[in-house]
Amino acid sequence: MPTRLLLGNEALAQGAIDAGLSGAYAYPGTPSTEITATVLKSPDVAEGRIRCAWTANEKTALEAGLGMSYGGKRAMVSMKHVGLNVAADPFINSAISGAHGGLIINVADDPSMHSSQNEQDSRVYLDLAMMPCLEPADQQEAYHAPGIAFALSEKHRIPVMIRLTTRLCHSRATVMTGDSVEQNSFSTPDDERRFILLPALARRSYAKLLERQPEFIAESEASPFTTYFEGDDQSLGIMACGTAYHYVREIVGEACAHPILKIGQYPLPESLIERMMSECNRILVFEDGYPYLEGKLRGLPLRDTPRIHGRLTGHLPRTGELTPGAVAGAFGIDTPDTLAASSIPAPRPPALCPGCPHADTCNAINAVVKDGNPTGRVFSDIGCYTLAAMPPYETVDTCVEMGSSITMAKGASQAGLTPAVSLIGDSTFTHSGMTGLLDCVNENADVTVVIVDNLTIAMTGGQTSSANNRLAEICAGLGVEREHIRIIEPTPNKHEENVAVLRREIEHHGPSVVIAVRECIQTARRSRAKGGSS
Amino acid sequence: MTIQRNLILAGVGGQGLLALAAIIGEAARAQGLHVLQAEVHGMAQRGGVVQSHMRYSSDPIHSALVKMGTAHLILSLEPMEALRYLPYLESDGAVVTNSVPFKNIPDYPAEDEIKSALSALENHRAIDAVDLAKQAGALQAANMVMLGAGAPFLVLSPDTLQEGIRTVFSGKPDAIIETNLLAFQLGFEASEAAA
Repeated sequence: MPTRLLLGNEALAQGAIDAGLSGAYAYPGTPSTEITATVLKSPDVAEGRIRCAWTANEKTALEAGLGMSYGGKRAMVSMKHVGLNVAADPFINSAISGAHGGLIINVADDPSMHSSQNEQDSRVYLDLAMMPCLEPADQQEAYHAPGIAFALSEKHRIPVMIRLTTRLCHSRATVMTGDSVEQNSFSTPDDERRFILLPALARRSYAKLLERQPEFIAESEASPFTTYFEGDDQSLGIMACGTAYHYVREIVGEACAHPILKIGQYPLPESLIERMMSECNRILVFEDGYPYLEGKLRGLPLRDTPRIHGRLTGHLPRTGELTPGAVAGAFGIDTPDTLAASSIPAPRPPALCPGCPHADTCNAINAVVKDGNPTGRVFSDIGCYTLAAMPPYETVDTCVEMGSSITMAKGASQAGLTPAVSLIGDSTFTHSGMTGLLDCVNENADVTVVIVDNLTIAMTGGQTSSANNRLAEICAGLGVEREHIRIIEPTPNKHEENVAVLRREIEHHGPSVVIAVRECIQTARRSRAKGGSS
Repeated sequence: MTIQRNLILAGVGGQGLLALAAIIGEAARAQGLHVLQAEVHGMAQRGGVVQSHMRYSSDPIHSALVKMGTAHLILSLEPMEALRYLPYLESDGAVVTNSVPFKNIPDYPAEDEIKSALSALENHRAIDAVDLAKQAGALQAANMVMLGAGAPFLVLSPDTLQEGIRTVFSGKPDAIIETNLLAFQLGFEASEAAA
């Protein structure tokens, strides 16, 4: 078989396609986006053999995946770590209802917060959902993971999570691909009532889920992703989860004197962990993300033998992703001093592109809310426009999570803040903003919602936005008065006109919406390059 | 022969760094080497700092990230960015950079300061990639000029690198591929002349 140079995300997508995938659903989010983008590019999608779509949000994606699984087909759902917060309800409850066709849920964590607002570790969710999880250590395992996960899912009739981290998602390696298998044919579950989570039925399903935990642990112990490497020197044992295993190998080499437990499947492989704990005097724990395993090993009260060392004891940094230097440091190996860091380079943070429509919208908002009006605040959201928190704009006052701009503005206005302006993108609005706008309408909240509609999901690379050209209709449908739904074109030429519209709507008591429509200059440039209309 | 290379590729969002990385990776793969390359996506790409760690070897390798003090080459599309990663460089490593600044920040340092810091490095080459890209026929080919400029340090055959250009740009019109190949050649020659 030939090798290909693939991102972890591309390898995973190809692995799923080759493992008989029938449906893939996702909301884009770094570092998960390329999984679904890769599926979308496959001829199986173009020719109608695989259903693949960007959905309104992660929750609707997971529910669609569960539905496809109900129909007996193999389904895959992908999201970034904070997307799992949005999809937590179907995530936890689908472990109780179970799956029918194989269902895998890819969750990409972002330790070091390269492109995220936190570095939460999705493995913590496993303690709530109690479903199995694979954690591939490299791109080759990422390719094999979907096949293994589909089989596990169908054997135990339960969704299976695949946990990824940024470095695996966005690193390329040579990958050997294999043969593909046929898709499942349509079928419905023979025990359909387990999908009715009425309390009396849910209690039975929950009891079954608990009963199966020992089987899941046995699966983890026998997993192709989990290996106990023998070592004669038992003064130290090494445990490494997922990609951390390769950082360890990079430092200790192929022939390591100490035993190494490589962990690639959850629930944690208890008997292998017990073995290392009983044989070794000290355990070093390597995991990218939270000290999830380390915390469990330490227990309460803290034990003396074996001693457990890792992120919680300062042997590794408590936060941020692992690096080969940090891993070497945990083994007491210093990185040799070479050249000192230069003091010359200035920071070069990401910024709005020259000519970005958001810049014009923010300039107009500033003229009304910021210039000479120190009581006003702009509650913003997740997207490129969040970069307007930085100079020269400094328009954005808050950014917490998807959709919070509208509802925080509402609450703040009810606390007495005025004017309360919300700044949200088109796809963030359809992801999690619409329900908040309905709250504003129902309470006649004194909020002006500025929807910056650049006709795409720009920050993640230009995916299709859910409600292109339908935002005004949606706002009217939610009950915003027609005369307070205004559409502007954010350009420098129309600055004065746009300021006047914003000023009128901000002065209006009650909810109003200003939709600033102009295509993202990145997608406009790409469609021109392809010879499409500008 | 054992081959082992650790590279830091540096630039600013929009300069074509990931295409450059993809070509080196493809060339190393085609030569039968183990390849690992970490890159940056998402928010950071918006006009901010972009870097990629690239490692290839005839022996198995594990970490996609380059360890401090072990990079054989820093290849940069922008002079200030070349200086950002010096602690990654091994003691006799090389720095090859485009000499033309990309100024999208208000506090860009004095160019003389950057020049003298680069000149102080034992093993460095500064190439005017903008001028050579124009000579090749397209400003956007500056990244291929720098690929050519870095080529003497890559321990990959120029043929496989050129094949890599054809592979990564496959689907583009022939004229664009020819421009990129010419840019590569001009960068290679300028780099050797600067040695």
